[in-house]
Amino acid sequence: MANISVSTSDKGRATGTKGDTVLAVKDLAVGFPTDDGLVNAVRGVSYELRRGQSLGIVGESGSGKSVTSMAIMGLLPKTAQITGSAKLEGEELLGLGDAELSRIRGKKISMIFQDPLTSLNPVYTVGYQLAEAIRTHYSDISKSEARARCIDLLDSVGIPNPQQRVDAYPHELSGGMRQRVVIAIAMANNPDVIIADEPTTALDVTVQAQVLEALEKAREEVNAALILITHDLGVIAGHTDEVLVMYAGRPVEHGSVDEIFYQPRMPYTLGLIGSLPRMDESRDQRLTPIHGTPPSMLNLAPGCPFRARCPMHQDICAEVEPDLLPINGSGHVAACHFSDQLEGKAPDDVFAPVATDLSVEAEVEAMDAEGAAAADEEDK
Amino acid sequence: MNAMLDTPQTAANPVIAGKDLVKEFPVRSKGILRRKVGAVHAVSGVNLEIGANETLALVGESGCGKSTTARLMMNLIEPTSGQVLYEGKDLTKLSRAQMRPMRRDIQLVFQDPMASLDPRMTVFEIIAEPLRVHGLFKNGGRDRVNSLIEIVGLNPEHRNRYPHEFSGGQRQRIGIARALALQPRVLMLDEPVSALDVSIQAGVINLLEDLQDELGLSYLFVSHDLSVVRHIADKVAVMYLGKIVEEGTTDQLFAGPAHPYTQALMSAIPLPDPRKERTRERIVLQGDVPSPSNPPSGCRFRTRCPLFKTLSEDQQAKCIDVEPLLRSDHDGLTRAACHYAKKKQLV
Amino acid sequence: MSNTAAPRLDAEAITSKERGQWELVFRRFFRHRAAVVSLVIFVVVVLFAYVGPFLWKWDYKIHSEIPSWAAPSLAHPFGTDKAGRDMLGAMMQATKQSLNVALVVAIGSTVIGALYGAVAGFYRGWVDSVLMRFLDIMFVIPFLVITGALAGAIDTSVRWYHMAIILAVFGWTSIARAVRAEVLSLREKEFIEAARSAGGSDWHIITKHLIPNTMSVIIVSATLQIAFAILSETTLSFLGLGIQSPDTSLGLLIDAAGASAFNEHWYLFYIPGVMIILIALTINFIGDGMRDAMDPRQTMVRR
Repeated sequence: MANISVSTSDKGRATGTKGDTVLAVKDLAVGFPTDDGLVNAVRGVSYELRRGQSLGIVGESGSGKSVTSMAIMGLLPKTAQITGSAKLEGEELLGLGDAELSRIRGKKISMIFQDPLTSLNPVYTVGYQLAEAIRTHYSDISKSEARARCIDLLDSVGIPNPQQRVDAYPHELSGGMRQRVVIAIAMANNPDVIIADEPTTALDVTVQAQVLEALEKAREEVNAALILITHDLGVIAGHTDEVLVMYAGRPVEHGSVDEIFYQPRMPYTLGLIGSLPRMDESRDQRLTPIHGTPPSMLNLAPGCPFRARCPMHQDICAEVEPDLLPINGSGHVAACHFSDQLEGKAPDDVFAPVATDLSVEAEVEAMDAEGAAAADEEDK
Repeated sequence: MNAMLDTPQTAANPVIAGKDLVKEFPVRSKGILRRKVGAVHAVSGVNLEIGANETLALVGESGCGKSTTARLMMNLIEPTSGQVLYEGKDLTKLSRAQMRPMRRDIQLVFQDPMASLDPRMTVFEIIAEPLRVHGLFKNGGRDRVNSLIEIVGLNPEHRNRYPHEFSGGQRQRIGIARALALQPRVLMLDEPVSALDVSIQAGVINLLEDLQDELGLSYLFVSHDLSVVRHIADKVAVMYLGKIVEEGTTDQLFAGPAHPYTQALMSAIPLPDPRKERTRERIVLQGDVPSPSNPPSGCRFRTRCPLFKTLSEDQQAKCIDVEPLLRSDHDGLTRAACHYAKKKQLV
Repeated sequence: MSNTAAPRLDAEAITSKERGQWELVFRRFFRHRAAVVSLVIFVVVVLFAYVGPFLWKWDYKIHSEIPSWAAPSLAHPFGTDKAGRDMLGAMMQATKQSLNVALVVAIGSTVIGALYGAVAGFYRGWVDSVLMRFLDIMFVIPFLVITGALAGAIDTSVRWYHMAIILAVFGWTSIARAVRAEVLSLREKEFIEAARSAGGSDWHIITKHLIPNTMSVIIVSATLQIAFAILSETTLSFLGLGIQSPDTSLGLLIDAAGASAFNEHWYLFYIPGVMIILIALTINFIGDGMRDAMDPRQTMVRR
């Protein structure tokens, strides 16, 4: 099962060496027009993804982490205003038509969503759906070849009895099994990039472990780059090489997984780590929550979007939104005016381990109000 | 066989205790007749004791019966058999009228803070509802609600807002305030933080800890997340397919779980620590949880048990035929329901 | 940052007085312009029908002093019909009778239907099975035939309340179905369990949580009921099975004027016609406004 044959009809792909850039995203921004104004869901995301590398994107709900990938895949509604660039092996993806996109989607980039039940069609067997994924891009492949390949794929994602399961309907499989079928479909055409958007959030922990293992294996087998989007820092720690932390539609810190976890230089990252209960620490350790909520993405106030929740904020934070600045030569960058003050700091040095702080919430509201007021003025 | 059993660990004086709780949900045929055609064994003989000012965590994966157990403990659903002892009374024997005053003492906090708040009520009305139901609102209820709003860390000026105007963490605080309105002694917390974003989750966990210290509450903390459990619980009971497979104090359990299921569960929880993650021992379970309408004979975990596969045929026969009971005569500190329990340090 | 925050917090302080549920509902209703305008028109229509007869010199009966086929004038603003009836007086009576029927049907069938559906959905099991089978039977009875037969069976001349009762008996089934479906999904919501765990009785849960949360369905059904009642009454009167002369209704007036729709007496036909449309339309807008007012999520309270 380790040496299943990679479909031979696409020599030259998926054999590139580890290290060359497959996906380059630059200044990607996405806005959604609404009745109340433009919601700036993504405000400038840039990253490069190399073959065989795995990039974790973390952020809370509404931070724009999923929208970024949906924009790259061309899955956003037509009303979305997308700017910037996303190049897959040098080919620009943004602005491609439906026909060109469907040539790329599933073949060069594939995506795995949170809910496996909605990504599978309930009226077809999993084998049919897998075969269809293959035959869409390689119409010359025979039925029996396709079926053999389906069984191989199901086997490689760890589905027991693939010869029988290939004829099963999605509802006959458990949640973890379905998600593994989705992974099998995603790897069917040896894609260059697999984007997994919260692939295990709907699953139990023991099943999550199975699915993550299948995902890891799938990635190694086709030597694809992986983008793992999740809110779970534990999953990020175990399955990625590089981490991009997003807040209010922007990356606020980017670095190797060790740098992010051991030397965070953005208060938000530090706060996230401090607010996480850990299984390897006894209970006397108080958690340090980040009080308040992320700002409204409609009419964002100028300055650092995190400042209202940040215990370190100063006057400059309200005026200038910090750029991603290098921390050292290694490519670790953080968007904070005071990132050098965070060197060697533990979460409870910065954040207070209390249950509530209403003053922070008042500041968050004040910041939203400021943004709305600024937008009103612009309208006039 | 009986020699291997020891008496259950008794807390000095449990506030509330469940004894041999069993809940089977009938599976009925369609149509007017609705004959009983089978049963889902949701909870099969669970014993729990929660002491004063103590947190007992009930851990397990979806469908293991942990939420059903919490609802049985507060007599919200009627058990098929078993008792719930509170203040010397068996709650399951009480009539609805007798149960009503008891409801004040045992309250529930839900997982999904949006679904558990009536979207058409203001925050004030939501928190006031339990007081009104028990006819306590006229007697200073207004002040009580206002102080509750402050206790859980909400802005009292927001009392006229509706649930959809709040963030997830704030909604969960509303749910906690509602549960506290009647000054309960026991709170059943059903996955209270698992629907929340991490940065917000920590604030709610801290709030629950503070409330316990200030009000002397007892918690039954239902969760699937061992990280949160380690942080908040005094005692832990691990459930699998309607049965408790291992229990002990939090320190005992995390020092070395002895049941293969607990071990697998613990090793499956990712640590937010890349270096530890790279070197950790991983136990990945195969297959899925069997259907609770037809659980395996003997040990219910044997179909997925990594230890079972390494056993000799005679040893396996014991797992298939004999149901393991919670016992502590193994090398670990916990009580584990496994014939071949063996301590294993994982964190 | 502080100067922009200040007015906002002031506004907050004013609204921070704790308000009752209904006060907030009213405030939201009066923000709905179409609903408020409709309410005003509807009130005028109601006054016209119920207070008008006391102010206008002619009633709806035939009087020998009234000329026949008189065109609208100051003496008879809506003209007169062939038999010598003042049409303004007749319109008042007709509107009143039609409103009587419509309101009784709407209220009666909504209350019966909502409670029936709520009970079936809430208790489920055999209660639901029995109640729903009965509904199925009600559904297959051909409505027009049976109402016609019932109306025909009434010995004395058919009064408006006969009509109202007959229509209400048949009108509630669709509401019951809609409410049951809504309640079935609502009863699984956690806030129902929360109310129960707080010690709330079934009655408390049905009236405080289930009914308010099905309000949008109920209101939509009730407004449709009003339209249904007015149109059914018109149809039955038109067929000679409804309210009978000398009493009158909008349907009867249209029936009587049916031949004049396209001749010089057109107003005899169009005035009651416009009245029917006016009532149905305003009720619809008022229903919309009420539905939005009762659902806090549908209106922008802040921002």
